[in-house]
Parts: sequence; structure tokens; C-alpha cells
Amino acid sequence: MKLDSKVPEGPLEEKWSEYKKNMKLVAPNNRRKYEVIIVGTGLAGGAAAASLAEMGYKVKSFCIQDSARRAHSIAAQGGINAAKNYPNDGDSIYRLFYDTIKGGDYRAREANVYRLAEVSNNIIDQAVAQGVPFAREYSGLLANRSFGGAQVSRTFYARGQTGQQLLLGAYQAMMRQVQEGGIEYYTRHEMLDVVMIDGQARGIVTRDLVSGEIKSFEADAVILATGGYGNVFYLSTNAKNSNATAAWRAHKKGALFANPCYVQVHPTCIPVSGDYQSKLTLMSESLRNDGRVWVPRKKGDDRHPNDIPEEERYYYLEERYPSFGNLVPRDVASRNAKMVCDDGLGVGETGLAVYLDFRDAIKRDGRDTISAKYGNLFDMYANITGENPYERPMRIYPAVHYTMGGLWVDYNLMTNIPGLFSAGEANFSDHGANRLGASALMQGLSDGYFVLPATIGNYLADVKPGTRYGTDHEEFKKAEAEAQAEIDKLLNIKGKRTIIDFHRTLGKIVWDKIGISRNKEGLEEAIKEIQALREEFWTNVFVPGDKNNYNKYLEYAFRLADYFELAELMAKDALQREESCGCHLREEYQTEEGEALRNDKDFAYVAAWEYQGVNGELKTTMHKEDLNFEFVELKQRSYK
Amino acid sequence: MSKDFTVHLKYWRQNGPDAKGFFEERTLNTVNEHMSFLEMLDVLNEELQLEGKEPVEFDYDCREGICGCCNLVINGQAHGPKGGTPTCQVHMYNYKDGDTIVIEPPRAAAFPVIKDLVVDRSAFDRIIEAGGYVSVKTGSAEEANTHPVEKHKSDTAFDYATCIGCGACVAACPNASASLFTGAKIAHLGLMPQGEVERSKRVVAMVDQMEAEGFGDCSNFGECEAVCPQEISISAIAEMRKDYVKAVFS
Repeated sequence: MKLDSKVPEGPLEEKWSEYKKNMKLVAPNNRRKYEVIIVGTGLAGGAAAASLAEMGYKVKSFCIQDSARRAHSIAAQGGINAAKNYPNDGDSIYRLFYDTIKGGDYRAREANVYRLAEVSNNIIDQAVAQGVPFAREYSGLLANRSFGGAQVSRTFYARGQTGQQLLLGAYQAMMRQVQEGGIEYYTRHEMLDVVMIDGQARGIVTRDLVSGEIKSFEADAVILATGGYGNVFYLSTNAKNSNATAAWRAHKKGALFANPCYVQVHPTCIPVSGDYQSKLTLMSESLRNDGRVWVPRKKGDDRHPNDIPEEERYYYLEERYPSFGNLVPRDVASRNAKMVCDDGLGVGETGLAVYLDFRDAIKRDGRDTISAKYGNLFDMYANITGENPYERPMRIYPAVHYTMGGLWVDYNLMTNIPGLFSAGEANFSDHGANRLGASALMQGLSDGYFVLPATIGNYLADVKPGTRYGTDHEEFKKAEAEAQAEIDKLLNIKGKRTIIDFHRTLGKIVWDKIGISRNKEGLEEAIKEIQALREEFWTNVFVPGDKNNYNKYLEYAFRLADYFELAELMAKDALQREESCGCHLREEYQTEEGEALRNDKDFAYVAAWEYQGVNGELKTTMHKEDLNFEFVELKQRSYK
Repeated sequence: MSKDFTVHLKYWRQNGPDAKGFFEERTLNTVNEHMSFLEMLDVLNEELQLEGKEPVEFDYDCREGICGCCNLVINGQAHGPKGGTPTCQVHMYNYKDGDTIVIEPPRAAAFPVIKDLVVDRSAFDRIIEAGGYVSVKTGSAEEANTHPVEKHKSDTAFDYATCIGCGACVAACPNASASLFTGAKIAHLGLMPQGEVERSKRVVAMVDQMEAEGFGDCSNFGECEAVCPQEISISAIAEMRKDYVKAVFS
């Protein structure tokens, strides 16, 4: 299969304007004849639904929660980047582009990233016009702050709830269109399949999560804005209901899945306290500005941390990385925390945590100063752990946070299936092998507000208006029957192990062997273990309740069934990528100092996988999209 | 290791909106102080399933206090004993060995039960749909710094905009009023210059919708403010009333 990225010709700065100049349009009076299905109501899906409905397309919007406003974009804390250059500190569209492509360790497509930087400013304009209460200076003008991986202040924020405020802006714009009749709005509906007729995406099959009814919906194009797959790991910072099912079902229908091994792990999360743990909570990385990370030098040292004298404390980041110390990048901090815990030096009841100590900062700056900077984070920590971080060091541990991989899309955000698009975290397009802070919100809204409204029209202009096959068409009926059969199969296993038990076991394999660092041996073991566990799942899982009622564990069961296949693909992808890049660290490919060693000669490509069925093992074929860097020079990262 | 302890649970069971509900009781012996309240319910559900029984349904998603899905009424109090947090941020160290914990859905005519502890809050969506927005089309926005907004105004607007739409205000109100929810959105948009143009139209449409959904009126009990996980001030309701009176009589 030849992967065509459909990147327009011409200089980098002119590609998107050239595209818009030449793209095909649908006339206003014809737009109402086209229906577009959008699955997911986060920043990408919500923004796309509102924007396309405003233009006059008939939109059908679907989400699994009880309201569009619950999508997990709501939990983003830090902020959103834009190249406004309000602080006059040297920012520009080019610099935002460059930081993003470099941050992604040169594994993203130049043209997509440049477009992202280009529309970033429009996003801020749009959000402000919606009444989003961004932080402001006393002048009344918008405030900015700096964020990791950048030398300029370009991050706009609304306290620690930027995601919430931007999502509510998109949600409100969307609800306006619901009222005006431009959007048919379906909550508590889960997509179980994409339906293709004559090689084109023509609709979806859903399950009504309240009544259990399996229903089909037809449209001229389908957009999947269904988020990432971090929950494969069982424990992550993702919302519990975030899942990969829509993307995976599309993959099973032929959509390629790109770079599944690129998973971002965040270093400063509240650690696991026991087997019952269901979720990991992120604390802002800014804590590492003043906190010192350490573990006891002696294994099994169970003294109160404050009783451990200075010389018996191992400040491992400061010792190993003298120039960056506690401020090394996310992946380095995460990797080192895991390494010291694997060596038996971890602290707390589980031994899977390291100390983040503010003792010296409080001594130096005073408690009030530290409280002013981090008060809300200290309160959050105290609430969850029942410990006072002013008096006892925090315990932290890394957690899975964001997935850069996703459905392969071209410059139009269209998958290799005509008419099937993917936006936001669900696609692979903009972050390469590592995402910079404050870029997820930017990408979701860029895709939804500005990219899809152009590219969807360009696609629909070639589709005959009013084409309808009806949901009685055999392809819909077949997909409905398959979805129903899988549900029946799950309910009829009536095995002995619970769904959560299986998921926890899968998560442990994925975390240990396809997590922060990987090696060939571990990945090969992981593949075998995943296959065996998947086999057991299909014969020994207990799925309670019935199918014609609200049944959250049934939903969970079919999402987990998909994770079993996706996990194996992640391992296979990590195995073939014999280099270290961004968040993907292969232990065999490191410099002498233990730094990631990229191999641009052999691996500057996107790995896009084609599904070919599961029979004991996952059958899959890799297709390559070569990444050609015409405009930036590839450089190795260093933080020694 | 911290020791497990025992709690006696009484939780609401109801098989659908029209079914008759009842309390089911069960003693849970493996509660750990570090568990969140929802993790305690996960453990309960694991036990039930291992006995081949149906788990208790409850709503949740982010489990970090921002999505607004969870909304349990615990021992008669919306979101439980802590105050200023949603249910998912209540941890079991707030309870002790031998405690009895009664768990109910938020009860209101406008929030029909779907199953067990899960209710239908789509009425909130319809209130926003009626007018909780600024009518600005994508692409038609002006440059973001064109209109300065006084910092204190913007900050106050944020305080109202922080509502997570959980419905605790309704559950706690003796009248099952949605005034704090509705008022918070009206106050947020009313404080921002971008929301000014539609101010009168918005308040009338949203208040009318709130009534049409079957929510009661506000009698200034203040229970809503007391249970709000985002600690939104009841002054939101005053803002709403002020706008409403102005809109209707001018």
C-alpha cells in the first residue's frame, strides 16, 4: 500500500493557504444535503460539530457520557499554546512550529505541524469571543506563561482548568447548534463499528448505553474524535471511560493505525496505594522547579523520611544530570524514577514511589512563598493521600498520560478509508514521538475549528449530494449483527475472573514491558503474555447483567477486548522501531551516557499498521510513510 | 501496611425509571483508608460479581474532580462529608471502622433514575441549549486582545464558569431548584463583554427552560452553595434574578 500524505507542494509557509486557495467547496444551499457523523465531543469533536453545523452541514454528534461536556479534554490543566507573541519575547509561527517538531523528536510531518502553529492564533481569538475567561493582566489584556520545551511565554491559561474552560466554550457553541437544528445530539451512545459501502465510510453502528439497543446511522462522512488509548495500561491519568474502541473498530475495518508505541508518561503523579487503585492523578510538573527528588541510598530503609540524614539520601537526578538536575525532561525523569524503584530503592507501602521534597525550598523561601506557588497542588496531594506535604516529602511516581500514536491520517485528516476522518488525540498526526506541554488543547481545537471545516468540504464536493443507501442496507445489517454477536458472546462466557482483574493484569504487562523503557526480550515476552491472557479472557471472563439495560461492565468488557489486540500491536510496533526517539526508549539504543539514541537514517518514518485478523496472534502488516524533512535540520537532544 | 476496616453499606437499587427502588445492604470488610469512595464501590462490585451477582451502577469518569459525572448523595449529603469536592475526591480515611454509609442517587423529578445510582441529567444540557452561549460563529472572531476585560471581572467570571454540571445543587435543594447551575452560567457570560449583547434574551430563555424541566424555584436556603464542589457563590442566583427582572421589565 502506498501512503500518500497529500501534503500540498510549495514553501512551508504557503502550503495551508495554497490548499485553501485550491480546495473544492460545497455551496451553502447544498451543505444541508450532506450529513456528517462526529463521534466524540471533546475539543476536536465538539469544535468540529459546532463549526460544521454553523456552515450548514447536517451533523450527528455522539458521545458515551451523559453530556458532551464530560469529554476528557475537560481535565487538561496547564494551558494552550499560541504564537501570538504578546510578551514580545521573540515568538513566531515558525518558532512554535520548530519547538513542536523538535519536541516530537523529528517523527511528525512538517506540513501538519506548521499548519497547527499557523492556526494557533485563531483558536485564542475564537475562545475569547466565546467568553472563555482566560487569565488576564491588570491591564485587562491576556496573560501568558511559559511551559516546558520552550524559551518563550506563549501559553494561555485559565487557572489550572484551561481544558475545562475551552471545552465548555466548544460545548456551548455545539449546544447552540443543537437548538438551531443543525446537530442531532446523541449522548450515552457508543460506536461499535464503521460501515463502508463501495469502499467509502457511510455510517456507524452504535449501542444505546441505556437501552442496549443496537442502532445504525448513515452519513456522507464520519469523523472519529474519540481520544487516546492510555487506558490500555489500566492505570493512567485518563478518565475511566476513555477508550480505544471506536478507533480500533475502524482499524479492524481497514483504517491504518500509526505509531502505536508512542506513549507519553508523566513523571509527577500521585503513586499507587494498593490493588484497588483505579486511577492516577497528575500534579503539575512545575513542582519540580522547587522540589528535590530522592530515594534512600539503603534498600528497605523504612525510617520516616525526615529522619534520614543528608548523606544517606540519593538525589539521583541531581547526581546523574548535574546541569539540569530535577528539571530534566519528562521522559528522563520518568525513566529514572522507574529505574531506582526497580533497584529496590522505592519508598512508601508499595515501594513504587520516590520522594519529592520541599524541605529545602521551604527553608530557603519560607512556607508562604511555597504555598503561594503550589498551594492548590499541595492541597490536592493532602486530600488524596491524607499526608501533609509541607511536613513530609511528597511521594510521586510516573503515570501514562497521553498517546501520540493513533489512526493514520493524511493532510486532510482523512484516514486511508475515503470519508473516514480522525481528529484530536485519536489521530497520530502532529506530535511525533513526544508531545510538548500545552499542545494537546491546541491540536484538538485546530483540527475541530479550522482544519476539518475546510477539508470535509473538499471531500464532500466529490460526493453526490443526497446519496442514501438506507440503514437497511446489507452492510449496516451485517455490522449490527456482528456487534450483537460479540456482546452475546461476552455475556455467555460466564467465567470466573472479573473484567477489572483481567484489565489490571493486562495493564501490568503493558506497563512493565511496553512502558517507560523497552527491550527486545521484554517485548517478545509481552506479546506472548498478552496472547495467553487474551485467550483466557475469551473463555474465563465474567460479564454481569444483561444486554438490554444500562450495564457499565458490559461496556467495559468490549473495550477491554479491543485493548488486548491494541496492546499486542503496541508491542510489535515498539519491537520494529530499533531506535530510541521521544518517549520510546529502547534499552539497546542508548548513548554511553544512557541517553536516547535516534536513528534518522533507518527510522525517520511513520509506521502505519494494517489489521489482518487475530488467530492466536494478531496478524498485521506495516506500511511506511517516509518523513521528509525539507525545512528543518535534524538534531540530537541533550540535557547533560 | 495500613489496615483494612469494615463499613456497613446501604445503597439504592432501582432497575429503571419506572421500577420500584429499594435499599440493599451489605457489609464490606476490606476497606482501606487510601481508597477513594468510588474505589470502595469498585471493591463492592468485585465482591458482588465474584458471587455471580449484578454490580451496582453509578456514574463516574475522570475521577479527578472535574468532569462532573459522579454525584452520589452520601448519608444525606450531596458529595458526602468533605465539602468543596465531588464524590470522587472523598477518600475512605473520612470514615472509621464500623460506620454505616447510606448511598443514594441525587433525587429530583427532573433527574429520573436510569438505574441504581445513575440518573438522567439531560435537563442541564437543555438549559444550556436554551441560551448558555455567545452566538459567535467559528472564524468570525476578532483579534483576542481587542477588548481588554478588567481582571477582577474576568476572575469573577471564571469563578462562576468553573461549574462542573454535577447537579449536587439540585440534589441538596429542598425545592430541587437548578438556580445555582443556571445562574452560574448566566453570571459568567454576563460578566464578560462578549456575553453582553445576548444578556436579556439569554436569561429569559434559560430561566424558562429551567422551569419547563420541572426544577423548583429558589427560596434562598443556600444548601446549593454549601454542597457545590466548586464552591460557587449563591450570588450567581442574585445575578440571574437581577438580569431576569431587568429583561422582563425593560
